[in-house]
Amino acid sequence: MTATQEKGIVEDTIASGAPPLEIHDMTVAYQRRPVLWDIDLQLPEGRLIAIIGPNGAGKSTLIKAALGLVPRASGRVEVYGKPIEKQLSLIGYVPQRESVDWDFPVSVLDVVMMGRYGRLGWFRRPGREDRDAAMDCLRKVALQDFAGRQISQLSGGQQQRVFLARALAQEARLYFMDEPFAGVDAATEQAILTILQELRSHGRTVVVVHHSLQTVREYFDHVVLLNMRVVAHGPIEEVFTEENLRNTYGGRLPLLEQAADAVQRRSV
Amino acid sequence: MSGPAPWLAVLALAAVQAALFALVGAERLLGWVQTACASAGLPYNTVMVLAGSGLLGVSSAVIGSYAVLRRRSLIGDAVAHAALPGIALAYLMARERNFFLLLLGALVSGVLGAMVISWLRQSTRTRQDAAIGLVLSVFFGLGIVLTSAVQRDPSGAHAGLEGFLLGKTAGLVSQDLLLIAVTSANILLLVWLFQKEFLLLSFDPGFAAVQRWPVPALDILMMTLLVAATVIGLPAVGVVLMAAMLIIPGVAARFWTDRLAALLPLSGAIGLGSAVGGTYVSSIREGMPTGPVIVLAAAAVCLFSMFAAPRRGIAAGVVRRLQMQERVARQNLLRSLYELVEESPDSAVTAEDVAGKRSWSVADAMKLLRRAEARGEVRRTMDGRWTLTDLGLQRALDVVRAHRLWELYLVEQASIAADHVDRDADELEHILPPEMLHQLEDRLKQKGRWPEDRVPASVHPLEGAAREGR
Repeated sequence: MTATQEKGIVEDTIASGAPPLEIHDMTVAYQRRPVLWDIDLQLPEGRLIAIIGPNGAGKSTLIKAALGLVPRASGRVEVYGKPIEKQLSLIGYVPQRESVDWDFPVSVLDVVMMGRYGRLGWFRRPGREDRDAAMDCLRKVALQDFAGRQISQLSGGQQQRVFLARALAQEARLYFMDEPFAGVDAATEQAILTILQELRSHGRTVVVVHHSLQTVREYFDHVVLLNMRVVAHGPIEEVFTEENLRNTYGGRLPLLEQAADAVQRRSV
Repeated sequence: MSGPAPWLAVLALAAVQAALFALVGAERLLGWVQTACASAGLPYNTVMVLAGSGLLGVSSAVIGSYAVLRRRSLIGDAVAHAALPGIALAYLMARERNFFLLLLGALVSGVLGAMVISWLRQSTRTRQDAAIGLVLSVFFGLGIVLTSAVQRDPSGAHAGLEGFLLGKTAGLVSQDLLLIAVTSANILLLVWLFQKEFLLLSFDPGFAAVQRWPVPALDILMMTLLVAATVIGLPAVGVVLMAAMLIIPGVAARFWTDRLAALLPLSGAIGLGSAVGGTYVSSIREGMPTGPVIVLAAAAVCLFSMFAAPRRGIAAGVVRRLQMQERVARQNLLRSLYELVEESPDSAVTAEDVAGKRSWSVADAMKLLRRAEARGEVRRTMDGRWTLTDLGLQRALDVVRAHRLWELYLVEQASIAADHVDRDADELEHILPPEMLHQLEDRLKQKGRWPEDRVPASVHPLEGAAREGR
């Protein structure tokens, strides 16, 4: 796909006014045990959106299932009005840091360059242009001096920033980030936040799995409260209320839990 | 990234090769090689054997490196062992030693073994390691039973199937070697072609999928190449040891480099060297099986790498540890000396004072003091006591500053009790990088906790100094 074609698609989708992400009635199961029930979501464009909820609420699973990395038992996911599978070139992704082997023999620049592979297509090797673009992304996360380092020689916060730089290299319109703030130092947290805000100012939509309730109000515009189902979602000022939080964090829903157990037992 | 483009490219590659073969024919191709050898004055048979096993060594090492990096190296072992019943069955069906059919049988039963492993894992919740062990031993057992049956059969006594157990290059004819060489070359060609795709697949398949790469198809391709390398390696190396050819070169190469782009050629070179060397040695020694010799050669390289590699090697680690110990002892000495004379910088102390301050013997303290003297950090006074030189004082100040900054930070910011921080700071002061010290200074300055003089006072009473009395 050429750059102009890609641009054409983007213009189409914006003209159509479809939301960047729409999930209809999505249910997800691990080992036949349902972990997400009947998810319905419609997210607005150009916002920073937090997905929050207790451990085991299915926050990461929501992202992975939407992206098709985890099979969906039912439901459909649309990006700008078309099935997400057809729109992947518009999507940037920051997986959880622990999802890869950081002892893998690649350099920091190699990893960031992977963000360009999608536009390179089959067999083509990254060239000068890709290298320059990757270096620009590294500069944005202040890691330009680490380009040649092997990735295991970085701190956790630096590794997280490498993943962020790789996602920036994708030049996407809709970003999914799985716990980018997990276990990072204060400097990295600030750097990541600055980049998120910059993406927003360019009209990008960023969906972030977040774990710290203290910073939700300060960092995000929009919030999805999740605990196996969507408890509430919408603008922070409307939805981020004590009552909604109690409903999200105040113990799991015993009924859903029992039902999940029953489903799993029956199908083994 | 979907679409048939890459698979068409692979098919075209195969078609071109098939056409070439049909046009030229294996016989004529080998004839050319023979002529070339004759004109160069090289022994044709030896050249063929070494070229075949050499290419095999490179290709199995390269594709095996990916398996090692993806923590799948034992799959190769299982496939190799699972191939044995297929070899025996292929012989029983053809009733003759058709090399191509034997390898085809190996391929079919090897792939079947791999499929059983993944079925066991997904459908019966058997764990990967158990599934591998199960398939490997059961298929191998079946293979041994079938092979013995073939050998008891009068027509099969000379089938040479026992060569597949431990590997035997001596029994291979030029056509067999040509098949091995061509397959190896194709594996290398495809790895080269799919370099970028394989890197992404190995490092982060999830990210690859989000970028629309067909991860399952790429995974199958990589697996196919691994199985192909395993199968063509069986005649030369044998089912028992084939896994070593896939695993050892990659493991050895990893010690020397942090870049996949360098690891693959290096691994290939190690595979080449050990395969050629092993084949040569086993060919000049009567009755020496090829596989074990190749494996031992590769293992020697691996052992050497493990020990001698610059950063990841054991020797480098020992050197680093010794250097660190040396630095810690030196810094502790400087800090002890400084603290002993902190109140009156011009006074001198004895080795006993120093030893008493740390848990050192007097002899150790003397040894450290003499070394410091050689560096010009301390000098002896007329009465045989020790005092810091200007240089020593300078260095001691840096050490003490780092130590006390860190202590202060722990007490002030991390609210750790003052009598606990000495030991923590003791361990960390030696490794704090300069930029972190600056950060500590800044933080303490912000909080108004930065003292006027260059070295903050200690947060806890100093044993030695207290004893000296004021």
